[in-house]
Amino acid sequence: MDGVAQKAKIMDKEGIRRAVTRIAHEIIERNKGTDKLALIGIRKRGVPLALRLAGKIRDIEGKEVPVGILDITLYRDDLGTRAQQPLVLQTEVPFSVDGKTIVLVDDVMFTGRTIRAALDAIIDLGRPRLIQLAVLVDRGHRELPIRADYVGKNVPTSRREAVEVRLQETDGEEDVAIMKEKEPGAIL
Amino acid sequence: MYSQEIMQRGEGPIVLKRRQSLLIGTVGEGSVMGLRKKDLLGLEHVETDEISLILDTAASMKEIIGRQIKKVPTLRGKTVVNVFYEPSTRTRTSFELAAKYLSADSVNISASTSSVVKGESLKDTSATIAALGADVVVLRHPMAGAPGLVANTVKAAVINAGDGAHEHPTQALLDMFTVRERKGGLEDLKVAIVGDILHSRVARSDIWGFTKMGARVSVCGPSTMLPPGLEKMGANVLENMEDALLGADVIIMLRIQLERQQQGLFPSVREYARLFGLNREKLALARPGALVMHPGPMNRGVEISPEVADGTHSVINEQVTNGLAVRMALLYLLAGGGTQ
Repeated sequence: MDGVAQKAKIMDKEGIRRAVTRIAHEIIERNKGTDKLALIGIRKRGVPLALRLAGKIRDIEGKEVPVGILDITLYRDDLGTRAQQPLVLQTEVPFSVDGKTIVLVDDVMFTGRTIRAALDAIIDLGRPRLIQLAVLVDRGHRELPIRADYVGKNVPTSRREAVEVRLQETDGEEDVAIMKEKEPGAIL
Repeated sequence: MYSQEIMQRGEGPIVLKRRQSLLIGTVGEGSVMGLRKKDLLGLEHVETDEISLILDTAASMKEIIGRQIKKVPTLRGKTVVNVFYEPSTRTRTSFELAAKYLSADSVNISASTSSVVKGESLKDTSATIAALGADVVVLRHPMAGAPGLVANTVKAAVINAGDGAHEHPTQALLDMFTVRERKGGLEDLKVAIVGDILHSRVARSDIWGFTKMGARVSVCGPSTMLPPGLEKMGANVLENMEDALLGADVIIMLRIQLERQQQGLFPSVREYARLFGLNREKLALARPGALVMHPGPMNRGVEISPEVADGTHSVINEQVTNGLAVRMALLYLLAGGGTQ
């Protein structure tokens, strides 16, 4: 993130931990337990968040919930408008999604286009009974009729700003910040 | 760096297993380096980081082939035209399926059923294909260099699917992919390529590719079938098959074109099979766990004995599946982006 200034820190380590804990409780409550529940994290920061949620659910309910990894590159709607293609990483969903309640997990929700791609990707893997969405930060500016079922924090932002989530597993640090003057359209 | 991978067996509890870098990959996020040229004409002029990118992308594509619904929408609206001036089953089918799995439209043109029989030149045929709006042209041609000629006349990406005795880059890439998947890497592996090196575009592409990726390549065949200049490509040239097999990690057997016998390049098929055919006894000279590969179609009992072709060392059928993954990766990398 060159040439980008941090405007405000909106979550710290403890804030993220509390949000993940609350979302885990909400998932269990909404679905009345963990029966046929599975989590799927969207690469890349949705994956550690999904693993953390699975850990919390295990602590609360004593039940293991399967976790999958989704790479949505091949489902993007902007491939034809980019000079170079993004790297395709592997999708690893080692369980059948048929008949399951899938909770899709991502770090930041913005235009909704990533989630649209993820929904197509999951439906190509089978027919879940239900798909829900959990995000750590919802920053608004939706371009599609998509909403999250579980939100860590709603953050009003300007389109010119970017929300940066840093997690221990992927970035070695742990916080959420609003950044100013990032090039527009850099986030799907 | 995140280093836990999720494994789940059946419906049982998940097991977290430690393994490096699978989750995040080894590259930074977002848009990364792509291929430098619009075409893939051969491996001679492809850099090692490009080969790694193709093989990494192919690994992701292989997951799609294992799904029940083998289709992703990535290349919707793109057109792949397969132009084959020589017969082919696996390469043409492989490219056709690769295009279909990525939701591209594919069309096949074979020389025998096209205007080529009316005397249309390659240049005019390619201009016609370009005018019809192809995004990728896959070309197999008996003349070395034909894909390069087409690449210079059309805007579409051209993939060489075998040109004369020059190169067959997608075959070498699938060979490398197969070895990397089984052995975990290519560096310092001992690779033996045995057979008719002179007429083999597979051998040439394999020598370029494997040596670039750090493997040590030996080639072996009858002296009439060893062209000059192989050492300059980085290969170790041997006339005795036993020397080539000793301690090999990978054995690539080439198809002997039986019509070559009439040209007097080897005395008899039986003698060829005895000196340069792979059987169980010769295979024992290689390292335990060595891989036996063949680009197909095989002459069973000539260059390879049936017990070896169907044995535990053989990865010949896996090569076919991996070929699909590699070709999907190439179509994505060459046609996935927008206009430059």
